[in-house]
Amino acid sequence: MTSKNSKRFDDVRPGEALPELAIPITVLLINSGAIATRDYFPGHHDKDAAQQLGSPHVFMNILTTSGLAQRFVEDWAGPAVRFKDLKIKLGAPNYPGDTMTFSGEVVRTDAASRTVEVALKGKNSMGSHVTGSATLVMP
Amino acid sequence: MAEQEWMSEVRAKVGREYGRVYAWDEVNAPMIRQWCEVMGVDNPLYTDADYAATTEFGGIVAPPAMLQAWCLEGLHANNYAPGSTDENPYEVLKTMEAHGMPSVVAVNSDLAFERYVKLGEKLYYTTKLEAIGEEKTTALGTGFFVTLIMSFFSQKPEGDEKVGQLTFRVFKFRAANVPTAAKADDKDSAPAVHKIKRPKPGMSDDTRFYWEGANAGKLMIQRCTCCSTLRHPPAPVCIKCHSFDWDTVQASGKGSVYSFVVMHYPEVPPFDYPNPVGLIELDEGVRIIAGLVGVKRDQIKIGQRVQVEFQSFDDGELILPMFRPVAA
Repeated sequence: MTSKNSKRFDDVRPGEALPELAIPITVLLINSGAIATRDYFPGHHDKDAAQQLGSPHVFMNILTTSGLAQRFVEDWAGPAVRFKDLKIKLGAPNYPGDTMTFSGEVVRTDAASRTVEVALKGKNSMGSHVTGSATLVMP
Repeated sequence: MAEQEWMSEVRAKVGREYGRVYAWDEVNAPMIRQWCEVMGVDNPLYTDADYAATTEFGGIVAPPAMLQAWCLEGLHANNYAPGSTDENPYEVLKTMEAHGMPSVVAVNSDLAFERYVKLGEKLYYTTKLEAIGEEKTTALGTGFFVTLIMSFFSQKPEGDEKVGQLTFRVFKFRAANVPTAAKADDKDSAPAVHKIKRPKPGMSDDTRFYWEGANAGKLMIQRCTCCSTLRHPPAPVCIKCHSFDWDTVQASGKGSVYSFVVMHYPEVPPFDYPNPVGLIELDEGVRIIAGLVGVKRDQIKIGQRVQVEFQSFDDGELILPMFRPVAA
């Protein structure tokens, strides 16, 4: 595991695209993500409750989306980068049976602080589930 | 429209700060490991003690995106860990609920980190009701965007230390379309995801040749049989000699970019954005609007030579001519 490569600040240029990451959205992922983030809101595990709220099925909670966004950025950046922030905005819900595909690119670098800002987007078949950004400090 | 009276009570609370809500558990390895397992996070910093010992932290830390999870109440709503404030930081949401806005969705989560938190740290947060927007109607329903700022601290004998902040925005609303019980049953067999398809072109006797041509991989142009003038978009009458008689010819599919736009916002599914759309001047002389492919948005040039290609959308339900740059 320790051999896993980390990006270094000098390796990164604005415009660099992050490798895409496709995540199948399942009832299991939505349920287990909600519980792993201690979110017991019924819309994330109870289909009947979700339908009473006007949704066709259970939908992913925002803390799981945050976690998946962290993974998407970290898969590219490696274990030695440190997050300064992680900002996300939700759009179309993630329902079971869909696939969310993350894409992203480096939008800004700052040599003085060795920070890199990454813009990210997770699209499903209904549009953008999540748009956001992360600021990273790189070795 | 004037707001209902109860909303002024809600608005009076904007700016209010609420007391501490403690985490049930200290930052711990089992909860971290399970979170990483579910999210698919494989950074050894969070799960491999030997690796983590070699980092500046000297041991395992929690994934930053977990910050909010530590202090959530868990299975029983509003059952906060001992020592937590009796105030309810979400009281305005309860008030809105009591006034017919039972639904809530999280919209924004902006996390900022002062530092990563280590195993054994005991966290709490305080909340400020930052803002309540004007009444809005979205696709989900009608309600209010409510913004809360939560500041997270780690308890320390020498003085508590701020570790991060979360700006959290939710939409509290009355659902536009609550299914009845019967309708909900119907939905059991229906898929949750309704794939959004490209809009279909309207088709008339004047335009059918164009779309049937596209289905056959041919770019067809209307021609006046009296004076041989080509015209596009299709129309019943010749723009030059006013004859109603016409036939069609197959265009070469070669042309150049006469003008273009790049659509950025709003992002309407199922299109990809940025979405470049060209006004193509065909070598035959007529101009045609179509999507541009195989070119980055900042590399499109007026006069760029292009060639038609036919792309299939929605499992072959729709074939569209698109134009791709080619060497001059």
